[in-house]
Amino acid sequence: MIRSAFLLLLVLAAGACAPAARRHATVDIGIHYSHYSITRIDVPAGVPVTFTIHNDDPIDHELLLGDPAMHERHRTGAEPVHAARPDELTIPAMSTRTTTLTFPVAMTLTYMCHLPGHEAYGMTGVLVARF
Amino acid sequence: MRRPLIFALGVVLSMTIFVAPAFACGGLIGPNGAVNLLRTTTFVGYHDGVEHYVTAFQFAGGGGKFGSLTPLPGVPTSVERGGSWTLQRLVRETQPVTKGIGLPLAATRSADGVQILLETKIDALDITVLKGGGAAVGEWATAHGFRLPADAPEVLDFYADRSPIFLAAAFDADAAAARGQRVGDGTPVHITIPTANPWVPLRILALGKQPNDPVQADVYLLTDQKPAMLPYARGTNGLQLAYDQTASAALLTDLRTDAGMGWVPTTGWLSQLRIDTVASTMTYDLAIDAAGRSPSRVAAGLETPGGSDQTPFVLTMLAAAMAALILVVIREQRRTVTA
Repeated sequence: MIRSAFLLLLVLAAGACAPAARRHATVDIGIHYSHYSITRIDVPAGVPVTFTIHNDDPIDHELLLGDPAMHERHRTGAEPVHAARPDELTIPAMSTRTTTLTFPVAMTLTYMCHLPGHEAYGMTGVLVARF
Repeated sequence: MRRPLIFALGVVLSMTIFVAPAFACGGLIGPNGAVNLLRTTTFVGYHDGVEHYVTAFQFAGGGGKFGSLTPLPGVPTSVERGGSWTLQRLVRETQPVTKGIGLPLAATRSADGVQILLETKIDALDITVLKGGGAAVGEWATAHGFRLPADAPEVLDFYADRSPIFLAAAFDADAAAARGQRVGDGTPVHITIPTANPWVPLRILALGKQPNDPVQADVYLLTDQKPAMLPYARGTNGLQLAYDQTASAALLTDLRTDAGMGWVPTTGWLSQLRIDTVASTMTYDLAIDAAGRSPSRVAAGLETPGGSDQTPFVLTMLAAAMAALILVVIREQRRTVTA
């Protein structure tokens, strides 16, 4: 009897946790010496993912997430600051920024900093979203 | 951090402020992040415990503002306009077939987390000497319009860990033009720094450059006697000792008669170091022992400040272990013979 109750509790606990995990994921990314702390991120597709990016450098950085065509546009773009889109962030020196994105389908994207010379210096990473 | 580094230096952290292409020689970063690389020339004289660093900005036309940051080994007692012919005379001394010179040096001014030690203006240059950690100096520079390249945070920390003193120079090309400076005109700057030994920041020459970008510079070093330097000028490491002999009396007289150069002694040793390499190999600075003994590995960037080379300890332990092993073997052999 006691054993059954304990098993039931376990199942309930699992049931309570699993949906929560599926409802929302979080990713922490650091930036130090002009490099992302993570260069590959795996996230669940179909649920909101909150990204928190800490810039420890005394210079500004960006985290722009997209496909090759999007990055090509930004390589030659002239926007000094990104703030209007959740997948295009400017992270000022010594600051933290947060954004939440949902990837509706499985996909692979890259994230980069397109400030002059930063991509070549290694500020790139890959994000894989899958169910 | 008051290491016995003497500043000397050569070229430095250059970064662009705002826009446009007028500039100073040296590794300046353009508005688009590109580096305008020219050979730079710097003179470092060391006498009576004082380092004299002379370099110059060369007006190349155009407009806008450019700047650079130079790490220093100590707090300068003065930053003033340099003499008119010191650099040119050195080139002529070591290269009979004369060629143009160009040098850089630069800076700007105040902000949070840094201490402003000195501010002055020399021709179209606004010069600020600041003290602070790498991050603080970087923030200050950014706040003052310097566009720091991607490798700046690491490079600033590298230097601040050794000496938290930086000289920032902002070059206003429009002001230069307004002053009537012509393309090719240079503004020599003479920095005087009391320090235990000369030191020349070379790594900073690669700031903002791609691994295969060229790095070229000439550093003239005048010391009382033949100095010892680290790293060794092997050629393969991008560092060549192009001239290394007693300075001629004629040269010393010519230098001494230039403005602000009365400190030049009547005898001395002249070395010319030629840097001709690519950015990826420029991972060191030039440490100098003016007495000709052993330059600091930390100052050369070959060791971390506070760290120590473990090699001697490891070798000692290895030798001790080997000696113990040999003793045991000998003892065992004796026992065998005795038995």
